[in-house]
Parts: sequence; structure tokens; C-alpha cells
Amino acid sequence: MPFKRYVEIGRVALVNYGKDYGKLVVIVDVIDQNRALVDAPDMVRSQMNFKRLSLTDIKIDIKRVPKKKTLIAAMEAADVKNKWENSSWGRKLIVQKRRASLNDFDRFKLMLAKIKRGGVIRQELSKLKKQSA
Amino acid sequence: MIRDDTRNRFSFPKLVENPRDRSFLASWCFPVEYSVSFHQYQVVGRALPSESDEHPKIYRMKLWATNEVRAKSKFWYFLRKLKKVKKSNGQVLAINEIFEKSPTKIKNYGIWLRYQSRTGYHNMYKEYRDTTLNGAVEHMYNEMASRHRVRFPCIQIIKTATIPAKLCKRESSKQFHDSHIKFPLVFKKVRPPSRKLKTTYKASRPNLFM
Repeated sequence: MPFKRYVEIGRVALVNYGKDYGKLVVIVDVIDQNRALVDAPDMVRSQMNFKRLSLTDIKIDIKRVPKKKTLIAAMEAADVKNKWENSSWGRKLIVQKRRASLNDFDRFKLMLAKIKRGGVIRQELSKLKKQSA
Repeated sequence: MIRDDTRNRFSFPKLVENPRDRSFLASWCFPVEYSVSFHQYQVVGRALPSESDEHPKIYRMKLWATNEVRAKSKFWYFLRKLKKVKKSNGQVLAINEIFEKSPTKIKNYGIWLRYQSRTGYHNMYKEYRDTTLNGAVEHMYNEMASRHRVRFPCIQIIKTATIPAKLCKRESSKQFHDSHIKFPLVFKKVRPPSRKLKTTYKASRPNLFM
């Protein structure tokens, strides 16, 4: 029941609204009750409202407001990218992106694969039915 | 020829490759990110030269306004109160915008102001934590309007300063002076990633746990 994800310096968060939607950013300092100073390797350090951030489980070890180089080094050391892509949340987002970027031919291939998978499942099911009967 | 800048601020994306891919929506929805409406201007002006006074004294003022026109107007408002000169017998020599020197650094701003309430004039000192002075000034105007019902024309900013953390007086800014600050976000605001995807009805109740 208690809270597990805290707003703290080094917390990695996902931007869920606005211009930087979908980016992973690091909370580098807290401005006040509603805003944080966030930074990411590919953006200028800026302020962001907490309402736009979804906190993740990942936390990196940095001091308050590190230099860009230190931040990038700390992100490499904590292996944020791989941790994110292997987490269930990260994987779901990757799958969503892949599904949204399918072209018609890909969707056709997907349809065939689904039919094939359905057929294999039905075969196994009928085998199990025959065994129990 | 009138150039309408506001018309072209929102540029719609060209033909979208995949209508199911909605990530483009976020990129153009907010072309102006966190724009503060207040700008700081330096206005320099003097009375017009006359036979009695060939070189009138030049006065300089730093003030906050939403645009240059209003800045010049505010300049004359203050100068009229201080010197015997009006816009009709004076001239603005220069108006420059003053930009924030370090917009990525968080600072504690102290603002001294004089405001007119329903019963008289009062002085006030307020503190704000922000990255830019313009942001702090905007915060101040909004707060004065909400807490004291005092609007922009009734507020005069006497002085602003960047306060080092040790000298902050207000508890609301001192509580963030903690290099190991840590607090949970208590509930999650569930909202669609862009205004375009807002719907009146949802299929399921939201989960507010962070």
C-alpha cells in the first residue's frame, strides 16, 4: 500500500502529455510542488509539470542538477535504456509503436500469422479432447 | 500590410502516413511550450528638449509587460508619477527586452511590491522558486489576483532580486531547499495524451494509483 515511486533527484519518468510525449526524462531538480527540472540526453534542460510525468521504477544515481556529460554517463552506468526496454511497461510501448507503424502488407502478414496460430491451437485442443474422451 | 503572426502559429501536419499512429498529435498540439506572458523590458525616455531645457535628463526603467506597447505605456505611467513629464511632451529613446541569463537554473526570487487593495495601498514581499524571473513575476501576478483579488493595473513592482537559499524567508520556498528531496505523487491524473483524444465517455473507470 505505501508508495514505491518517489519524485526524487535521479528518478526516470515518462512524459505523458505535450510536445515531448513518449520521452524518457530524468528529474534533475524540484522547482516547487508542481514542477520539476527535467533533463534528457537529447533535449535542453527544462521545467515540466508533474502532471505531465509518469514516474517509472528506474532511478539513477546523480547529484542535484548534474552537467549534461555527467547525466549521460550516469544513464549509461545505470543502463536506463535496456532496463526500460526490458520492463513490461517499456515492452508494451514498443509493441504499441510497432503495431501503429504497420503498413498494409504487414497487416496482411499479421492476419496470416494469426490464422496459422489459431489453427495450431485448435489442433492441440482437439488432440487433448480426443485424449480425455 | 498587416502580418498576422498568430494565424500561422499552429501548423497542421501534412498527410499522415498511418492514421493509426497518433504520436504526431503531441508534436503540434503545443507549439509554444511554457510561454510566460510577461516580458521584462528596459525603457529609456526623457522629456522633449525645449528652449528652457536643451538636454533634459534621461530616465531608464525596467518593467514587466506582456508586449512592448504596454511596456511603453507603463513607462509613462511611472514617469508621470515621478517627474513632471507626460507622453505628449516626452519621447521614448529606447526599449529593449531583457532576457533571462540562466533559464535552466532554479533560483529563489524575492519580489517587493506595492498594491492597491479595496481599502488602501500596501507593501508586500513575496518569494517564488522558478527558473526565470519572468516566470516568477507571472506567478506573482496570478497569485495576487487569486489570493487578494488584485489585478495587474493595481500592482507596482518595487524591486526583484535573486535570493540565496540561506536568506529565504518563506517556508513555502525553504521546504524545497533539500538536496535529497523526495516525495511521492499521491494520485495520478488520468488524461489522454492530447486534447484531440478527449472523449466524454470512457469504457472503464480510471485507476488513480501512481
